[in-house]
Amino acid sequence: MSIEVRNLSKRFGSFSALRDVSLEVRPGELLALLGPSGSGKTTLLRVIAGLETADDGRVLFHGEDATDQHVRERQVGFVFQHYALFRNMTILENVAFGLRVRPKKFRPTDKEIRRRVHELLKLVQLDWLADRYPHQLSGGQRQRIALARALAVEPKVLLLDEPFGALDARVRKELRAWLRRLHDDMHITSVFVTHDQEEALEVADRVVVMNEGRIEQIGTPDEVYERPASPFVYEFLGKVNLFHGRLHQGRAWIGEIEIDAPEHSEAEELPAIAYVRPHDIEIERVSSVSMMNGDADASTRLAAQVSHVLAIGPVVRLELIRNGDQGKEHQELIEVEISKERFRELNLAQGDEVLIKPSRFDLFPRQIH
Amino acid sequence: MSMSAIAVSAPVQGRGVRPTTESAWIRRSLIGLALAFLTLFLFVPLISVFYEALKKGLDVYVAAITEPEAAAAIQLTLTAAAIAVPLNVIFGLAAAWAIAKFEFRGKSVLTTLIDLPFSVSPVVAGLIYVLMFGLQGWLGPWLAENDIKIIFAVPGIVLATIFVTVPFIARELIPLMQAQGTEEEEAAVILGASGWQTFYRVTLPNIKWGVLYGTILCNARAMGEFGAVSVVSGHIRGSTNTLPLHVEILYNEYNFAAAFAVASLLALLALVTLGLKTLVESRAKRQEENIREH
Repeated sequence: MSIEVRNLSKRFGSFSALRDVSLEVRPGELLALLGPSGSGKTTLLRVIAGLETADDGRVLFHGEDATDQHVRERQVGFVFQHYALFRNMTILENVAFGLRVRPKKFRPTDKEIRRRVHELLKLVQLDWLADRYPHQLSGGQRQRIALARALAVEPKVLLLDEPFGALDARVRKELRAWLRRLHDDMHITSVFVTHDQEEALEVADRVVVMNEGRIEQIGTPDEVYERPASPFVYEFLGKVNLFHGRLHQGRAWIGEIEIDAPEHSEAEELPAIAYVRPHDIEIERVSSVSMMNGDADASTRLAAQVSHVLAIGPVVRLELIRNGDQGKEHQELIEVEISKERFRELNLAQGDEVLIKPSRFDLFPRQIH
Repeated sequence: MSMSAIAVSAPVQGRGVRPTTESAWIRRSLIGLALAFLTLFLFVPLISVFYEALKKGLDVYVAAITEPEAAAAIQLTLTAAAIAVPLNVIFGLAAAWAIAKFEFRGKSVLTTLIDLPFSVSPVVAGLIYVLMFGLQGWLGPWLAENDIKIIFAVPGIVLATIFVTVPFIARELIPLMQAQGTEEEEAAVILGASGWQTFYRVTLPNIKWGVLYGTILCNARAMGEFGAVSVVSGHIRGSTNTLPLHVEILYNEYNFAAAFAVASLLALLALVTLGLKTLVESRAKRQEENIREH
C-alpha cells in the first residue's frame, strides 16, 4: 500500500505547520519524518492519519483519494508518543478493542478475538501481561502493547508519532532495533516521526528531513547524511564545520584557499559558506619547511592551533582555532575527527600548530535575510 | 479531613526536620484553632439541630416529618432533584466534553457562563424566571393564554433548581477531562470506534468517579436550595413548598420542634453527602493517580 500526499498546506492560526508538502511513501517501506520541533512532521503524520484536516492538498492511499475519508475508514494503525493505551482496560482488552468495536457483521467471535490478541501479544513478546492494566507496565512495554493494538485491526499502513520519544535511552535503542526487525518481517508501509537523527538514520529505509513546514530533502540515510541538499540538512544531521568565504564565477575562496566550484559558475561576488564534516578534514603538522617559505601550502591549507584534544574511543576529536582567530572574542572552533592511528602518528598536543585542508565539502551561497 | 492530613504529615520526618515544618507548639495551636473554629461554627449547631428536633420526644419528631404538608415538601424536593440532577449530568457531561476536548470560538465565554450561577445571587436567579415566565413577564401572557403555569408551580421550582446547580458537574469534569487529553479518544476512533462507542467505552469509564462526585454535590445543592426556589415558589403549602421552604414556614410560626425536625432531615442529607463524597473522592483520586502514572 503506497501513500501519497500532494501539495498539503496547513495553518494553525498564524503558524504555518505545512507549506505545500508533497511526498510519496513506497509500498512496504519504513519512512522517517525527521525534523526539529515545529517543523511540521507530526502535523503531516496526523493529516495522513486523518486526525487533522489539511487546508489544502490531497492524501492518496494506493492511488485512491482518501482526503475526505474519515479516520475510522482509513484503516491506519497509529502509535502515539505517550502510548494512549485505554487506562480502564486490561492489556488484552486494549489490543482487542479494534476488533470488539466492529459492527456485528464483521466482528470475529469472542474466541477468535482472544486467539488473535494472544497471537499479537506473542509477537510483541508480552503474552504474560494480558491481564494487567496499562499503569502496571513499563514505558517500553506499553509502547509495544500500543503497537500490538494498532496491528490488531490489520491496518494497511502504520503511522508512529515519536514512538520512542518518551522512553529512556537504553530502552529506546532496544525498541528501535526491534521495530526494524518487526518491519522486515511484516513489510507494512510505515511512517514514523522523530526528532532524533540517529534514530531516523538507523531505522528508516528513507528519511524525509523537514524544516519550517517544508521538506528539505528526501533520501536514503546514506544520501541525506553524505550529500545534504541544503545548509539546514547539513546542520541538522551530524556535526559540521562552517567556513565562511566568497564565490565568484565558479571559484570559491575560503581564507587563503582557492577552490573550483563549477556548479556556482553564475555567482558574482557572493558570500558563501562551505560545510565540512569533521572527518572530511585532513590535518598535518606545520613542517619547518613550509613555515619558512610559506609557499604552495598556503593556497590549499589553513593554519590553525590545537585547542583541545578528546582521545576516547577509536576516533580522536580535535578542536582547533584558526590562526588569526585567537585574539577574537568570537572564536569559531573547527572540529576534526581522525583515527587513533593517525593521531599517534601526528603526536599532537594542545597548543600545536597545524595545517588543515577540507578534503570534501559543499558550498552554499549565503542566504541574505 | 484536612485535620487528619496535618496529623499524618507531622510525624513523618525523623531526624532531618523539613525546612517547612514549624515547631510542635505552633503546630498544636494551629490545629487547636481550627478545631475550636469548627466546634463553634459547625459541630455545635449541627448537634443542636438534632437536639432541638428531638427535645419534645420522638413522637413529635415523627409526627412533624410525616404530616401531609411535610410529606408533600419531601416529595416535591425529591421530584425537583430527580429532574434537575439528571438534566445537569447530561448538560455537565456535554459541556465538559466540548470544553475539554475541542477547540472552538467562544470557548472561554461558555466556560464563564457555566460559572454564572455561582456568581449570581440565587434570589436574582429566581427573579429572572419570574421576569420571564411570571404574569407580568415576557412570556407571561402567552403562558396564561395556554394555561401553562410555571411560576408559583412545580416547573418554576425545577427550573430554578436546575439554574443554581448547573456548574457542579461541568466544573468537576472539565479539569479532569483536560488532564486526560484526547489521545485515548483519537486512538479509539483510529481503531474504528464510532463516536458513541468512544464515549461509552473510553471517555466515560475514565471520568466515572468525577461524574459521581459532581452528581452528589449537585444533588445536595438541588435539595438544599433556598433562595432561588423561594422566589419562584409562592409558598403554597402542600403544593409548592420544598423542604428548606417548609423549614422556614414552620420556624416563622414558632413551631420550633417541627422546624428542627424537618431541618434534621436536611442535616442528615448533608451528612450522607459528606460520607459519599469522601468515599468517591478517594476512588477518584486513585483514578487520577493512574492518569499521572500513565
